[in-house]
Amino acid sequence: MMKLLNGLIGWIDARFPLISTYKAHVSEYYAPKNFNFWYFFGSLALLVLVIQIVSGIFLTMNYKPDALLAFASVEYIMRDVQWGWLLRYIHSTGASMFFVVLYLHMFRGLMYGSYRKPRELLWIIGMIIYLALMGEAFMGYLLPWGQMSFWGAQVIVNLFSSVPFIGQDLALLIRGDFVVSDTTLNRFFALHVVAIPLIVVLIVVAHVVALHEVGSNNPDGIEIKKHKDANGNPLDGIPFHPYYTVKDGLGAVGFLIIFCAIIFFAPDMGGYFLEYNNFVPANPMKTPEHIAPVWYFTPYYAILRAVPPMFGSQFPGVVAMGVATVIFFFLPWLDRGKVKSIRYRGPIYKTFLALFVISFVGLGWLGLMPATPLYTWVSRVLAVVYFAFFLLMPWYTKIDKTKPEPDRVTSK
Amino acid sequence: MTENVDRSKRRLLIAATTAAGGVAAAGAGAPFVLSLMPSERAKAAGAPVDVDVSAIEPGMMISVEWQGKPVWIVRRTKEMLDTLAKHDDKLVDPKSSVPQQPEYCNNPYRSIKPEFLVVLGVCTHLGCSPTYRPEVAPVDLGTDWPGGWFCPCHGSRFDLSARVYKGVPAPTNMIVPPHKYLSDGRILIGDDSKEAA
Amino acid sequence: MKAIKKLCMLALLLMVPVLAVASGAEGHLDKAPVDLKDKVSMQRGAKLFTFYCLSCHSASYMRYNRLKDIGMSEEQIKKDLLLPEGAKLGSTMPAAMDKEAAKQVYGVAPPDLSVITRSRSPDWIYTYLRSFHVDSKRPSGWNNVIFPNVGMPNVLAELQGEQELKVEKRDGHETKKLVLAKHGSMKPAEFDTAIADLTNFLVFVGEPAKLVRYNLGYIVLGFLSVLFVLIYALKKEIWKDIH
Repeated sequence: MMKLLNGLIGWIDARFPLISTYKAHVSEYYAPKNFNFWYFFGSLALLVLVIQIVSGIFLTMNYKPDALLAFASVEYIMRDVQWGWLLRYIHSTGASMFFVVLYLHMFRGLMYGSYRKPRELLWIIGMIIYLALMGEAFMGYLLPWGQMSFWGAQVIVNLFSSVPFIGQDLALLIRGDFVVSDTTLNRFFALHVVAIPLIVVLIVVAHVVALHEVGSNNPDGIEIKKHKDANGNPLDGIPFHPYYTVKDGLGAVGFLIIFCAIIFFAPDMGGYFLEYNNFVPANPMKTPEHIAPVWYFTPYYAILRAVPPMFGSQFPGVVAMGVATVIFFFLPWLDRGKVKSIRYRGPIYKTFLALFVISFVGLGWLGLMPATPLYTWVSRVLAVVYFAFFLLMPWYTKIDKTKPEPDRVTSK
Repeated sequence: MTENVDRSKRRLLIAATTAAGGVAAAGAGAPFVLSLMPSERAKAAGAPVDVDVSAIEPGMMISVEWQGKPVWIVRRTKEMLDTLAKHDDKLVDPKSSVPQQPEYCNNPYRSIKPEFLVVLGVCTHLGCSPTYRPEVAPVDLGTDWPGGWFCPCHGSRFDLSARVYKGVPAPTNMIVPPHKYLSDGRILIGDDSKEAA
Repeated sequence: MKAIKKLCMLALLLMVPVLAVASGAEGHLDKAPVDLKDKVSMQRGAKLFTFYCLSCHSASYMRYNRLKDIGMSEEQIKKDLLLPEGAKLGSTMPAAMDKEAAKQVYGVAPPDLSVITRSRSPDWIYTYLRSFHVDSKRPSGWNNVIFPNVGMPNVLAELQGEQELKVEKRDGHETKKLVLAKHGSMKPAEFDTAIADLTNFLVFVGEPAKLVRYNLGYIVLGFLSVLFVLIYALKKEIWKDIH
């Protein structure tokens, strides 16, 4: 039996780089041995991606991308399809958990300077994944064709119409109609289930390949490749398999416990994962009293609302929102610090990072709230903090008092 | 690998974790596979059909839909029933030994009451729906045609008990679906359980 | 590490007002005593639902035979819920009244009730159905303190009786109070129980899978916990190699 298997593997390996690929990415990929809790989120993001693709495929088998049928087909899945409710809750919970995992993964990068040289491209590819997933989530949110789906899409698409000169035509191009309609639903469906997932899978592969080329960063923010043993393997590195397969497995099971707890006991998460108004079929004639995007978009939505209209146009707000997302791309060049990891940074960077987290979470909360004058002013302050974190970075990282980095990785 | 490793403990843990992980994977996969089975809507559409047969005129056929397929009900006349015993030598399976019908229909009439034949209107060759030709000796089917069904796709022929003739592509008699009488004139197609529906 | 912990604490602190505001936004609704284990209550609710609600509203995603999940037999479903002769158990629940006709009478088409407890809350339904009062200014003769100027009349008046709205002004504060002016066939406590049954049933209708979801959830979490212990032990064992 083993002989037969080995023979088969040999036959394939003569025609396809099976063993060398396995070695390069799994058994002989040397990862730093000092990964901590924050290093679970990369593999978890991959896990959620797989969960979303599989549950999405099965949902597609029963969903109908037609304005007259979409809402009913979702309820059909929830009631009539065997186990359909579970498939849908997996997918809806997965969407929110994807962003939870992603935000923690990005925060890890901020803490340990994972975007710094030589990982600039790795960081940029990751940011492209993030943007693609925002588009993916936005388009997917239209599909249940409830009131929030419809009006959320209406508002976001209208943002594009504030672009000078071409805005109106741009909005028409996106919607394919004068309002969000059956046409829009149909094309969002195509993009959500085929186009963007294909792109996401491809750039995720690129992300992993780039990571394995430069090697993983670690909580000390130092390069393990500086010290190698006689075989050329990093002294502070350990093979990904079995050490990190089992450790990430542990992380995956821990994550799945939380994930399943939400699916089985609180799939609508008090209205944050599945909004109450989305159980009312889309009605183009009647806007719900209070609309807010799903929670993972709200920090940017709050920034949009914080910027007052200028020259009779919402466009500056839209630009601010766009810049707020795109500015992450420039982190590798904004950071002038002598060290990468927060462990050896000085008090200034730590303060700025803390303020940034507060502004991000605070804006996220404000984005869910109605825009009262007080909240708008708080949003403005937090938006300034948000941008200050990035725009002042070249100075404060340079003058910050850092501690010396160790030569070898430290254990906790 | 280091020296003081308890290999048996390690092997046990790997086996236990793999087994538990396998069960988890199977458990996670099951709902996905089961979601491919007919939904409640499909089941409702395929639910037993209650047919009033008292209004069918003698010699006539009606067609009702059950599970998306045509089910024929023919009210056979005495003359029609008399023809059934006369051509056993021309049939593939005159005694209905191939179980294409429920136990209770295993008779020359292939029905509960001889008068009413209930049969799934699908040719056993490639699934076309044959045409009902009750007339005796029409020009196109020959002088020895006692009435029955003719499949336009590949020329299969069936008699008035939906038994297949020799020398045609269809291999077996047509299927008699489960059914029962709710009263004298009402048939329930798709359910032959003893208890009242 | 300390800095990280501080950041997490801050993030958590910021979450607290979110939760606080989210739960208090709706106004004063009475808490609906929903109990999905009480199948008898849901069966009573099902009867009320078919007698009163289905006249005008539909539950077009809910199939009759799904009521087996709350312990009703096919016979009971047919008899207790007065299914018309020949109606199929697998069919969904239509409204007795034509939608267009209803729109003519009430000004709005009565909404489908399949997921009403998910778009409104169970508490809202429970409070709303007990908050009708007579109002001669309305075409239907009825108004509702939870849903002002609602098109729907109080179809349950024969059970509840008639409530009147008393507005008291004291120190510039207005207090609104519903007072039972005419008794119905039920005592107020009985009526509250009936509405609780109806709400309970509607919660089930909103998501029939809820009945199995919780039970399955415990099994899944229990199994994952076992798996977690195992893989934790395995990780510890394998990581013994690393110094």
